[in-house]
Amino acid sequence: MLEVQHLSKSYGPFPAVSDLNFNAQKGEILGFLGPNGAGKTTTMRMITGYLPPSEGRVTVDGIVLQDQPLEAKRRTGYLPELPPVYPELTVEDYLRFVARLKRIPAREQAAKIDRACQRCALTDVRHRIIGRLSKGYRQRVGIAQAILSEPPLLILDEPTAGLDPRQIIETRELIRGLAGEHTVILSTHILSEAASTCDRVLIIRRGRLVAADTPANLTHRLKKTDTLLLEIRGPAEAARAALAAVPGVARVELAPALPGAADDAPARLTVESQGGDIREALARAVISAGWGLLELKPVEVSLEEIFLSLTDEPAAAEPAEAAAAAQ
Amino acid sequence: MSGLWAMIRKEWKIYFVTPAAYVVLALFALISGFFFYSMLAVYVMQSLSGGEFGGGALNVNTQLIQPLFFDLGITLLFLLPMLTMRLYAEEFRSGTMELLKTSPIHRMQVVLGKFFAAFGIVLLLLLIAFAYLTVVLHYGKPDLSALAVAFLGLALMAAAFLALGILISSFTRNQIVAGVVTFSLFLLLWVAGWTTAYSSGTIAGFFSYLSITTHFQNFTLGLIDLKDLVYFLSLIVGGLFLTARRMELAE
Repeated sequence: MLEVQHLSKSYGPFPAVSDLNFNAQKGEILGFLGPNGAGKTTTMRMITGYLPPSEGRVTVDGIVLQDQPLEAKRRTGYLPELPPVYPELTVEDYLRFVARLKRIPAREQAAKIDRACQRCALTDVRHRIIGRLSKGYRQRVGIAQAILSEPPLLILDEPTAGLDPRQIIETRELIRGLAGEHTVILSTHILSEAASTCDRVLIIRRGRLVAADTPANLTHRLKKTDTLLLEIRGPAEAARAALAAVPGVARVELAPALPGAADDAPARLTVESQGGDIREALARAVISAGWGLLELKPVEVSLEEIFLSLTDEPAAAEPAEAAAAAQ
Repeated sequence: MSGLWAMIRKEWKIYFVTPAAYVVLALFALISGFFFYSMLAVYVMQSLSGGEFGGGALNVNTQLIQPLFFDLGITLLFLLPMLTMRLYAEEFRSGTMELLKTSPIHRMQVVLGKFFAAFGIVLLLLLIAFAYLTVVLHYGKPDLSALAVAFLGLALMAAAFLALGILISSFTRNQIVAGVVTFSLFLLLWVAGWTTAYSSGTIAGFFSYLSITTHFQNFTLGLIDLKDLVYFLSLIVGGLFLTARRMELAE
């Protein structure tokens, strides 16, 4: 559906995006994850034809953007970071303009505007002036504009930025609902959003792709040791010693007490195994010592930690850069 | 074509929902009306006093229409920046340029759409001026073809102003900056011909050639000169073409 090959963009000597390669399948939701300034917006602007790339090729639905820009743009809907609305116009007038701009045939325009308004819950405000709408509504007008011509490819740049929690949930649901007919690419720096909305996540850092996988696989891949959290009613130090003696345990640590916990709160310990499943052995050790086992659960590596580990680890190019800077 | 039409309608709509178009139309009607009335009064007085000495009415074309069109030109010079300053600056500022550049529309259609929308307002202004002049047509016998040529000149000059104004607007995201620069440039182009009053060198000739008034003058006299046509058309085509180029490079 979308094919990005060797996409690069540099501003003078500074590379904003370098040699990006990825594909998106039909109906897939692809998340673009990266810290601010990683090159997410630049990449999206190149895919939509707003910015010409310094190098590389973008193919939308079999059409090369660089060869047939107008044909490729017809197949793309785009929500930039700021919703591209005219505050002077009413929602209706604005969408009518966009419909003409996207070359929707005149007899289909009214029906498509109705449909987009319905999907984005804009029907109540259709005749209001966009400049007087709240930020959440304006964002939805921006989404309505992007999906209006029902393009096969949808590019959404931070679609939930600046929305309140309820609007964020509604917007995510809307995006998931779009996925069947459209291929969606969205950017975000909120990890939970990528995890909950996307089929596949691309993590980019300094304009380079550092990981591309499903959220579940990313989490799995980076889980180095099995870590378990136990909550025990009993003496903390004694429990620690007892657990450390269990075969297969690599390390036991007292977890910090929860904020505001009472003095007689249960002890919390994290246990790292050397590998293999030691949950039963741990449970037996606690019970046979006569303590109460309140909780025993594996600690998941959050996408947050993956993200930090991927975006913090020095890239291969960095020593060379440092050397060049030193000279 | 549909993209061009969409742009024209959008710009036209924004002109009329923001009061910009009404303000420009109303002020033009007021100012040009005042000019027309004053000049007509002076013309009638002079013709009457001429009549006492047996000279009869003065030539309407040279004594009334020509100076009137000069003043209409000055009025446009003040008002047209109000029509063009917003056209690109605002698209850049509000981010709607991202919509235009990622839609299946050629950038020349965007430029022309904006130009034709603004020119539509200019046609309304010319209609107002024509409404005043019907008084002259009713009571006097002006040379009609000369009057038509004067209107053509005014329209060409306005179109050249618009093309330059649109070009300037594409260089900034601040419409006040665009407006001030546009107005200053218009004024410079208007007065550049004054150099010939105190000098006859090559440079003075060059400035005089650049000046709008030099080229506008012949039209007000009812003369179509090829070099004047070339001057205005190259400003229009050049301005619009450079704006399209500028749109491509923007960001």
